[in-house]
Amino acid sequence: MFIIFERFADLVAYSLFGLQAGTRLGESVHFFFYDTTKIIFLLSIMIFFISIVRSYFPPEKTKKLLSNYRKITGHVMASLLGVVTPFCSCSSVPIFIGFVESGIPLGITFSFLITSPIVNEVALVMLYTIFGWKIGTLYLVSGILVGIVGGIVIETLGMEKQVEEYVYQISSGESEVEELDWSDRIDFAKAEVKEIVSRVWKYVIIGIGIGAAIHGYAPAELLAEYAGADNPLSVIAAVIVGIPLYSNAVGTIPIVEALMGKGVALGTALSFMMATTALSLPAMIILRKVIKPKLITVFVTVVGVSIIGVGYMFNFIM
Amino acid sequence: MKITIYGSGCKNCVKLAENAKKAVAETGVEAEIVKVEDMKKIAMAGIMSTPAIGIDGEVKIKGRVATVDEIKELIA
Repeated sequence: MFIIFERFADLVAYSLFGLQAGTRLGESVHFFFYDTTKIIFLLSIMIFFISIVRSYFPPEKTKKLLSNYRKITGHVMASLLGVVTPFCSCSSVPIFIGFVESGIPLGITFSFLITSPIVNEVALVMLYTIFGWKIGTLYLVSGILVGIVGGIVIETLGMEKQVEEYVYQISSGESEVEELDWSDRIDFAKAEVKEIVSRVWKYVIIGIGIGAAIHGYAPAELLAEYAGADNPLSVIAAVIVGIPLYSNAVGTIPIVEALMGKGVALGTALSFMMATTALSLPAMIILRKVIKPKLITVFVTVVGVSIIGVGYMFNFIM
Repeated sequence: MKITIYGSGCKNCVKLAENAKKAVAETGVEAEIVKVEDMKKIAMAGIMSTPAIGIDGEVKIKGRVATVDEIKELIA
């Protein structure tokens, strides 16, 4: 099915640029054109279908569903719904207020807010195409687990006083949800494809560009020594480096894939990806509007530690 | 008539405001376009996903960028 992209890359790298197959530069350029065209094509198709599914889960419906569950079931449901509910970081504040104000426990709200950015359609498409279904599924399951565990810990710590007081005073009441028919859902999906692809294509190209350079040139021995499975500190270092790096999964995944080819361990790579998507400075600045610094610290610590746990687990079992 | 654009100032909200301006210009309806960027006020309006558009205080379309045609229908 991807032969057409292979041919296109052949054409550009070997005919147009006149590079030799089998040389470092030739392979890097070929890899770059093959991966960028293939991924942008797959992204467009997958975002379309995922958006159709998502059109059934507007945040209002998620809120209603979640208010029926408590305890562990609540955390599991919140984390799962975090995967399918359309979410962008600019909506995290109204979603947070809506959830808390309607009586959904703080920890369950966090289960949702943690999973949502870690597991998103774009990251999953990239993971499944670049790494295959095994690693894609591992990432999906562990992202959901991080959300469940993180939310439970925050709930147990009883942080309700660390939410800005005004949040509890807001009463937004019930708001209607638009009824959608099939043509609305298809329009929504088309708009999502257009919006997401026009936003992320640059990162795909930059990420794959860096990945291609690493494929051709990065010193394998050095990376394997510092970030291989034998170095016990590599996971922690990857998470600490990943937090301030604000990149979406799109830019990070091709780089991580190339690094793994050079001997970086799987768990270390997954932790790095999760840290860049789940914990970022802009997201924390947005959340600061509704929660106090102490809870932000707890949030970062809990999520950071869970991600490190995931990293060690994978390095251990793989 | 008062058209309210709810959103934190992200790209989609700017786009929605532009669409609203176009719709007003094309229909010739007398309308004032107001932007609400305060998260508190957005949440109080019952909105959980931005951007959203409201007509005379009633939220009509949320969670996506309404098209020029949709807005025309709302204000006509």
